[in-house]
Amino acid sequence: MIEVRQLSKRYGDLTAVRDVTFTAEKGQILGFLGPNGAGKTTTMRIITGYMPASSGTVKVAGFDIFEQSHEVRKRIGYLPENPPLYNDMTVWSYLDFAGRIKGVAKSDLREAIDRVVERCGLGEVRQRLCGHLSKGYRQRVGLAQALINDPAVLVLDEPTIGLDPRQIIGIRGLIRELAGDRTVILSTHILTEVQQLCQKVVIINRGRIVVEGLLQDLTQGQSLEEVFLRYISADVDAGEVDGAPAEA
Amino acid sequence: MRNVVTIASKELRSYFVSPIAYVVLTGFLLLGGWFFFNLLARFNFLLQIYGAMQNPEAMARLNLNEFVIAPLLHNLSVVLVILVPVITMRSFAEEKRGGTYELLLTSPLSVTEIVLGKFFGAFLFLLVMIGLTGIYPLLLVVFGNPEVGVMMSGYLGLLLLATAFVSVGLLTSALTENQIIAAVSCLVTLLLLYVISWPADTANAVLGAVLKYISLTEHFGELVKGIIDTKDLVYFASVVVLALFLTQRSVESVRWR
Repeated sequence: MIEVRQLSKRYGDLTAVRDVTFTAEKGQILGFLGPNGAGKTTTMRIITGYMPASSGTVKVAGFDIFEQSHEVRKRIGYLPENPPLYNDMTVWSYLDFAGRIKGVAKSDLREAIDRVVERCGLGEVRQRLCGHLSKGYRQRVGLAQALINDPAVLVLDEPTIGLDPRQIIGIRGLIRELAGDRTVILSTHILTEVQQLCQKVVIINRGRIVVEGLLQDLTQGQSLEEVFLRYISADVDAGEVDGAPAEA
Repeated sequence: MRNVVTIASKELRSYFVSPIAYVVLTGFLLLGGWFFFNLLARFNFLLQIYGAMQNPEAMARLNLNEFVIAPLLHNLSVVLVILVPVITMRSFAEEKRGGTYELLLTSPLSVTEIVLGKFFGAFLFLLVMIGLTGIYPLLLVVFGNPEVGVMMSGYLGLLLLATAFVSVGLLTSALTENQIIAAVSCLVTLLLLYVISWPADTANAVLGAVLKYISLTEHFGELVKGIIDTKDLVYFASVVVLALFLTQRSVESVRWR
């Protein structure tokens, strides 16, 4: 469903992402793990077509993100780290706008909005201004926006950051429900989240993939914390030596 | 096309849900009303003086178009130089700062659709703004006898001028994520285009002609006089197209930087 091949992104002299390669199958929730500043957001922005890579390719549902960007964007729902809300719009009119620009047919729009409002538990706040919502609701509206065109692929950038424990549980439940036959890429640095939600794990450190594998294969009797720390610190020890990333 | 309409109506709505629209409209109409009142009072004063002096020649030269409408339109155009940057400064800058830029650019929209949508949104707002000042000439038509054709031509000029301002405003907003920088650089550009023809009379012939051609005011002035010439229309169209093209390039460059 998602095929990332040898993706690199340079900003001037700084290489944010280097030779990143991984795949996610249909129906999988892929946990994209890494310390802050490892290149998670950059990779996700490239996958969603927000910005181009310096080199490498990404294919989503068989479409190339560079050559058929429009087709890819039709099929992706993206929740950036800060939910992209217009503070002066009500939740309802915001979702209406999001639906329209994402090409939801006029006749289906009302139904689509009702569906995501129900899904994300926004019934009570549908007439409130986005600017007046709590962090948890903002996140949920952001998620609703990503779902409005019923995309095959969901890209969620740290969806639970800054939420209280109850909200975190709520959002996680929602993501699990939403997965179904969608492909979800979930970036986070919260390891328990990955353990609870994901089938597959990709760990990125300093712009490189250090490990890619199924959660059960990777952990095998150890906690994900141990696995994570081992790969992260191994990468640091190896310094800049271009050793083949450990495959699981 | 549907996407352009969607974005334009969202833009238009966003002007009216924030206080900006009301502050700008109130200010514009307040100043407009003040200009109109004073121009009319002066006109009336002149009329009485020439009447008392029994000077039929001067009386014949007094007409509403030249003494009220033309200066009114020129004054309004100066106010627009200041207000249009305020209207357009948010268009791209705020999307960048608020993170909604990511929503727009990862949606299946073309950059051209985004730019045109924002352009028409701001244009429609200006249309409302200028339309509301139509009350002044309307009063003149009801209570006096100005030349309606010349008046319409002048209003067309003001609208074209405002449209050109809007496109420049969109461009400066697309270049930055800071609204103040967007507004100030738009204001400076517009003022510069306004006064660029000042040295035209003392400069050499070729340079003078070029400066006059670049100047927004020169073309606007022709329309206010009631002369609708293709060269002026072409001028305004080229400013709009060029500014929007550069805006489109600038937004697109996020993708290819």
